[in-house]
Amino acid sequence: MAAVTELDPLEVARSLFRDQPAGFPYENFDLEELILPEDDDMGIRSDEDEEEEEELETETGFGSVIVVDCLPVVPEDKHEKLANVLKKIYSQIGNVREGGIFMPKDANNMSKGFAFVEFFSPQEAQAARAQTDGYKLDKNHTFKVSMFDDFDRYAKVPDVYAAPEIKEYSAAENLHSWMLDKLSRDQFAIKYGDEVVVMWNDGRRFRSEEAYKRTYWTESFVQWSPMGNYLATMHRQGVAVWGGPSFQRLARYSHQNVQLIEFSPAEKYLMTYSSIEPTNPREKVQVALNVFDTRSGKKLRIFAGNMEDYAIGSSAGPGGALRWPIFKWAGGLEDKYFARLAKGAIKIYETPEMTQLDKKDLKLEGVQDFEWSPAEPLLAAYTQEVGDRPANITLYRIPERTNVRSKQLFNVSDVKIFWHPQGDYLAVKVDRFTKTKKSTYTGFELFSIREKDIPMDVLELPNKSEKVLSFAWEPKGHRFALVHGDSARPSVSFYSMKDDKGKLGVKHLGTLANKACNGIHWSPMGHNIVLSGLKALNGQLEFFNVDEFEVLAAAEHFMATDVEWDPTGRYVASSVTSIHQMENGFNMWSFNGKLLYTMPRDRFGQLSWRPRVPSLLPREKEEEIRKGLKEYSRRYDEEDEALLLQADADVLQERAKQQEEWDAAAAARQEYAAQLRAFYEATYGEAAKEKEYSMTTVVVEQLLDVREEPYNA
Amino acid sequence: MGSPPQLHLVDMDLQEFGERQGSAPKASYTAPKGRITRVFFTDCNRQLITSHDGGWVRRWDTETGDMLQEVQVHEDAIQDMQVSPDGSYVITASLDKTAKLVDIASLETLKTYKTGRFVQSAAISPLYDHVLLGGGQDASQVTTTSAKAGGFEARFYHKVYAEEFGNVRGHFGPINSVAFAPDGRSFTTGGEDGYVRIHHFDMDYFTTRFF
Repeated sequence: MAAVTELDPLEVARSLFRDQPAGFPYENFDLEELILPEDDDMGIRSDEDEEEEEELETETGFGSVIVVDCLPVVPEDKHEKLANVLKKIYSQIGNVREGGIFMPKDANNMSKGFAFVEFFSPQEAQAARAQTDGYKLDKNHTFKVSMFDDFDRYAKVPDVYAAPEIKEYSAAENLHSWMLDKLSRDQFAIKYGDEVVVMWNDGRRFRSEEAYKRTYWTESFVQWSPMGNYLATMHRQGVAVWGGPSFQRLARYSHQNVQLIEFSPAEKYLMTYSSIEPTNPREKVQVALNVFDTRSGKKLRIFAGNMEDYAIGSSAGPGGALRWPIFKWAGGLEDKYFARLAKGAIKIYETPEMTQLDKKDLKLEGVQDFEWSPAEPLLAAYTQEVGDRPANITLYRIPERTNVRSKQLFNVSDVKIFWHPQGDYLAVKVDRFTKTKKSTYTGFELFSIREKDIPMDVLELPNKSEKVLSFAWEPKGHRFALVHGDSARPSVSFYSMKDDKGKLGVKHLGTLANKACNGIHWSPMGHNIVLSGLKALNGQLEFFNVDEFEVLAAAEHFMATDVEWDPTGRYVASSVTSIHQMENGFNMWSFNGKLLYTMPRDRFGQLSWRPRVPSLLPREKEEEIRKGLKEYSRRYDEEDEALLLQADADVLQERAKQQEEWDAAAAARQEYAAQLRAFYEATYGEAAKEKEYSMTTVVVEQLLDVREEPYNA
Repeated sequence: MGSPPQLHLVDMDLQEFGERQGSAPKASYTAPKGRITRVFFTDCNRQLITSHDGGWVRRWDTETGDMLQEVQVHEDAIQDMQVSPDGSYVITASLDKTAKLVDIASLETLKTYKTGRFVQSAAISPLYDHVLLGGGQDASQVTTTSAKAGGFEARFYHKVYAEEFGNVRGHFGPINSVAFAPDGRSFTTGGEDGYVRIHHFDMDYFTTRFF
């Protein structure tokens, strides 16, 4: 029998994994060097967790228990029925633990009139409390729900009143300071590597200037609020917003593992979202949404539930995930309504109550998609075919819920809703089945919202089989652009909703055929558009003016992935993000396609322009100014010249300083350089004085060809 | 694992050069791990300066072979190092997409020039305060090229302000080597595409005030 050789496991490990240290380095292990996986902190408190943990972390450990009071007092035989009723109510909100419903009984075996309900997590308990407190079980019984731990907390209230401290008033900075820039520059935020920098775009002097820079400011991305007052940064514990000239932190919003955010249009509210993967694969994915008051940071409302209840119709992304935003805010600057899709209905909520409008859904059987007008609380909803009833597109005015316009659609395969940015028009792209039902063709239903009775026009593509790749309304205008075609080089067509005399009706303005373009970007002021061929098309950019219908410039930003207009329509930024390894950074162009400056930055993440506070002038006044621009500009030209000269002086000063520093350093090295030169001359002697090389021009003649040609006299 | 990086000093008597080829080096010094990419004599031949993979620049004593100083100037391999006309500083070109001016005596970084692509080579103009950078994606990674042929550029930066003020296209592969002519009136670039291009500056280069 052969002897079994003893193998030393450490030896085996060492031979298998040559370069790795054997065993755990107990001696020289530094806890600070530990890099934790992204979402998991393994219970190790990081120094960043300066804020106290949410009050959900309770001392009694009963954070997941709620007390439901004001229940009917029932005899023993009805106990189970009451328990089942409670179970049914609370299972819909959260996961109730097995045997988690406990109803104490008194000496006569009657229920005492309250019950304890235990969930799996404090968040669910909080959500349950929020949603069922005040719930009318029947005429005589309305639930009063509290957290179990609240009893504990209230019992601890001291008997002696202690007046709260009055904090000293500290004046806040002017949040609108960036709008007051003397050189009328716009700001934009860029993220590259771990750095976030807010920069001023100084297009006129072909450069940008840093306004504020910070490393590790956000854990994923940054987002501006819609009116530009706040910059939001994302962190594991929640969201923070910053603003003012020195970008101080203005508020924090607690939401563990927050993934996405959405501000309301007037910035009064902030909605945060995270999805929670279940620990047990048989359980469903949960979502949690919080609505905060932006200025105070107070949490106003929680929405929680299964992802599948929220991912309905157009809110559903690929793989059952959600398409953000789930809750859409009504247009205009009042922040009065927000809504989401539910099965067969749209749930509309009003502020500041944060409850459903009139306490009931807007019932729409088969609703797949809806969009608010960006200018007012007008809702366009698309319901698909249900039984005998054909598909429909309907406009509702909220809060009245009146049906202001409706259109039936037949043979529909898919519908997409496009609102004009100022709410003047609504385009509905309808993909219809052909008679054979084998393919689809596309048409548009175009509604003119501002006209009496909202007239509608139909647009069908001249070539029926072409696919529509992109559609965009002209902001502040009456036109729209359409990218259509089947090949790699589609066509771009322009239409107007009004003709020159102002008569309504869709008019074809022109088509640019055979363009290497997969995206269209209108200037936020209208009139100009950038046709871009991004990503696969290697960054072709065409700057086009729709009024004159001519190409202003054709340029290329090799490997560009994104194009963004500044909020004034003066500049365009094209960028290459880190999905490419090389050439990361951005280029700044003028609106007519002139390259102003480039800024290469490695590991480039994003570029977002800071939005401007909406103008206080009415549309008519803006048009008037635009028409009389020459006159108005004369007044300001002189001022601008003076400012530019001053600003130029600053740059020149900076350069002069750099030159001085260089010259000083060079002078310091002068002696040493002279030493080297002396050595060189000593070594080479006479040869050092000769020129290092000589250039002579040599003429070389080479016989290429000999040819005889007869000369005709 | 291969042999460690070494510096060899060989006696060169130019009269007998032909016969002496292949003779043993006078001295060999071993460097720490990291392939040596460039070496120059400095300080009147008393010191050597070397650039390495991994971004290191080191100074050595020529006689004894002691390493006098080492600094990790770049985050990635240094592909090229060229000495300034006055011999007191060098320009290093690195795969970390930057080129730097390094003072030889102290190995202190004087200036940094940033680009978006690997820098394979850099040179300092003997005439003006300009530096020239050449590079491009590594040859093995080139799967996408600019739509316009000849998209690989030689970039000009102002030496003191570190701002790019011009570029010259023409190569259709990454540029591997750049050099200024000693009189500063022309520059030469060689690339992966197998071409050596000699560019003569026209009048505008000498008369325009770029800054």
